[in-house]
Amino acid sequence: METYLGEKQQARQWSPYINNGGSCLAVAGDDFAVIASDTRMSLGYSIKTRYSTKYLKITEKCSIVSSGMQADIFTLHKVLKSRAQIYEQKHGKPMSTDAVAKLVSRLLYYRRFFPYYTFNIVAGVDEDGVGCVFSYDAIGTLERVKYSASGSGSSLIEPVLDNQVALKNRNDIKKEEFKLTKEYAIDLVKDAITSAGERDIYTGDFVEISVIDLNGTHEDKFELRFD
Amino acid sequence: MQKGGFNFDLYQRNVELIEKNNYKVPKTTKTGTTIVGVVFSDGVVLGADTRATSGPIVADPNCEKIHKISDYIWCAGAGTAADTENTTGMISLQLELLSLSTGRSPRVRTALTLLKNFLFRYHGYISAALVLGGVDFTGPHLHMIHPHGSTSTLPYISMGSGSLAAMAVLETGYNSKMGEEDAKSLVHQAILSGILNDLGSGGNVDLCVIKHKSMEFFRNVDTTNSKRKFRKKLPYMFKSGSTKILEKEIEEKMRKMEIVNEKESQIEELEEL
Repeated sequence: METYLGEKQQARQWSPYINNGGSCLAVAGDDFAVIASDTRMSLGYSIKTRYSTKYLKITEKCSIVSSGMQADIFTLHKVLKSRAQIYEQKHGKPMSTDAVAKLVSRLLYYRRFFPYYTFNIVAGVDEDGVGCVFSYDAIGTLERVKYSASGSGSSLIEPVLDNQVALKNRNDIKKEEFKLTKEYAIDLVKDAITSAGERDIYTGDFVEISVIDLNGTHEDKFELRFD
Repeated sequence: MQKGGFNFDLYQRNVELIEKNNYKVPKTTKTGTTIVGVVFSDGVVLGADTRATSGPIVADPNCEKIHKISDYIWCAGAGTAADTENTTGMISLQLELLSLSTGRSPRVRTALTLLKNFLFRYHGYISAALVLGGVDFTGPHLHMIHPHGSTSTLPYISMGSGSLAAMAVLETGYNSKMGEEDAKSLVHQAILSGILNDLGSGGNVDLCVIKHKSMEFFRNVDTTNSKRKFRKKLPYMFKSGSTKILEKEIEEKMRKMEIVNEKESQIEELEEL
């Protein structure tokens, strides 16, 4: 059947995947990392729940946030949590952030031919106490970066981080002179996700934000728009 | 030579672009929307949210969805923003010309007929879903108009993606003996329900109360949902030079003014009139 613009409508095929929306981001500093995600779960134009956590604390020094399909996020986090616990009981110490990052990558690639519909970001402090952020695609491609954003609001957040953290397209501050402080990073992350909440209909309600350094993890929550 | 109407010159080209060149059709700005109308003892109340979306992005967080058809006939529109704006605009002009030529004040049912005939001609391709309400010399009227051109006359109406959320409130709270304040409050709650529960609707609440020879437009009557909850303390500072200057060209804007003729007497004449 052809419409007036000549588009051909094909019979719709059932898909096992749905997108529940939401945005996640993380920023790494010299000795800390900030990680945040919103908590809205949507389906189409409806809100299923205003609070559904996308954040998991894996160890005191490492956390993960995921966006995409809530069912797969829940399962991936469940598997990840139990694998981290098994490791800790076997080796007598918690997993290092690098180990967690690699584990997530392997768990995702294990499902190469029926992937988890999740877009993950792992953040924490590594063995040397340096902040790190790891960004993934749906099948586990691993890349260590200074900052990352994923989810429906990622295209709204990433350019802000490009400009404010990596100082891209700026000739007024030199990279050597710029120090990313914890307060600046927290404010920037809060501001960026609030801005995403203004313009993206799938981002809103609440944000879970977490600051990780060598002393441990400090978790916090704040509100976004409800409309 | 075609005078007026729609121009189909590019139709063939568009079909070829899509089929052969894999061209992606650009997204239209839709108004997502919750629009509502309620009849009360003395007139009608129209309500609308203020969010316009382009896919999942908010294109305009505070747009106006309640359009004027005539002084006491107003129309709230849902669907494609360009379609609702231009359809109501066109019919508003036609109605004014008609009322000038007939020497009578316009009726709501006239606007209804003009709108439904226009939309039916385009078989739903003009995606405008409207809630038309007003008070004319025959009394208060409220109608709903679907994009294909069908209409209904009802005491309370909701349309748009948030219509189910709004209708839930209307069905609970409506009674035929409502006064102005009750009706305003009901419409307000219905729009709020759409704003909070529907992702295609959001922003502020707009209300329009029309009574006999009186119209009150409450723009942004409720802004509690559109306030930004967090603002970074330190502003974003970009010192001069942060964007590279490649070329500089300075143009003189102010030219010297020459006094050609002094015409004081002409101004005095105008004041007398």
